[in-house]
Amino acid sequence: MNIGKQLKEGFITQNPVLVQLLGMCSTLAITTTIANGIGMGASVTIILTLSNIFISLLRRVIPQQVRIAAYIVVIAGFVTMVDLLLQAFFPDIAESLGVFIPLIVVNCVILARAESFASKNKPLAAAVDGICQGLGYTVVLLVMSGIREVLGAGTFNGAEIFPAEYAAGMMALPVGGFLTLGVLIALMQWAQTKVKGGK
Amino acid sequence: MEWTTLFDIALGAILINNFILVQFLGICPFMGVSKKMDTAVGMGFAVIFVMALASALCYPVNVLLESLDLKYMQTVAFILVIAALVQFVEMFLKKSMPSLYEALGVYLPLITTNCAVLGAVLLNVQNHYNFIESVVYGITGGAGFLLAIVLFASIRERLEFSDPPKAFQGFPIALVTAGLMALSFMGFQGLQIPW
Repeated sequence: MNIGKQLKEGFITQNPVLVQLLGMCSTLAITTTIANGIGMGASVTIILTLSNIFISLLRRVIPQQVRIAAYIVVIAGFVTMVDLLLQAFFPDIAESLGVFIPLIVVNCVILARAESFASKNKPLAAAVDGICQGLGYTVVLLVMSGIREVLGAGTFNGAEIFPAEYAAGMMALPVGGFLTLGVLIALMQWAQTKVKGGK
Repeated sequence: MEWTTLFDIALGAILINNFILVQFLGICPFMGVSKKMDTAVGMGFAVIFVMALASALCYPVNVLLESLDLKYMQTVAFILVIAALVQFVEMFLKKSMPSLYEALGVYLPLITTNCAVLGAVLLNVQNHYNFIESVVYGITGGAGFLLAIVLFASIRERLEFSDPPKAFQGFPIALVTAGLMALSFMGFQGLQIPW
């Protein structure tokens, strides 16, 4: 097992959002403030790690034909747990993330990792993979929500940077989400061609 | 039952709160299958179909869960209903309407993990819609999806011949396009029924 390699895959070479292009909906929808980004990133990381471990433990028990349905039930169970915990301990974040917490069930990142990694590897490796991919996802959420909050509301995690009258409110709206992610992925592609060209 | 309420829901679901461009639900299929017009149309109709059925089926399920005081099981129950429904629809179409099955074929299984479907069901519960309102929301939400994906696919077919900077080729330019579409859909924000 190679933790360094898995970390690198999660953050850069196989980043779930920027390279694998998974989990777009929540990435675009909730990255309006940094607090939301942290809440969503942490929730997804926890659920991804737990469901990876669980599915890896069950990998010899689940029949091939119904594996997708089985994965979804496992994921839905953990999502419900996280949803209830957030409502109990972080009601503000639960309120602002709203319907996107239960929608983590259909976040393709988690299902994709279950199918492509957890179902073929040992629990420990699956756990490490879950943490690395989850952190890679969280980092993208943080970068996006940072850009959108600073430009859209003039604040950084709630602290004012410049008065809100000068902010581009558009960045906090759906338009800003699409444009920010488009530019980030373009940057990623540019960086990849640079690295490849250098070799 | 007021017709105006239903019209209000329909208008909201199709234009004002379009599932894709305003609420960010169902982005994956929106990006994934919008490269060609005919696949986009197929996916759009499949989504309308499943969303309407899922809204209708999940309404009694939700009533049952509430009466049993099991509201926290909503997410698990709904996703199971949707997964079973998609599987069932697939088998039914294969037997009775092979031509439609051929046309939708690949896209049907994908719909299970389309967050627009689960999102519509959850929003029905959140907005306390009754049975008819839920079904109308499901159908028109799907129609909004169809509208957005068809518009997007027709733009993307033209993008094939455009010449963006190398880093923007493929996915990023599509996202920027979607952003501009979202910008134009913001024009519907102020839309209101005058009665």
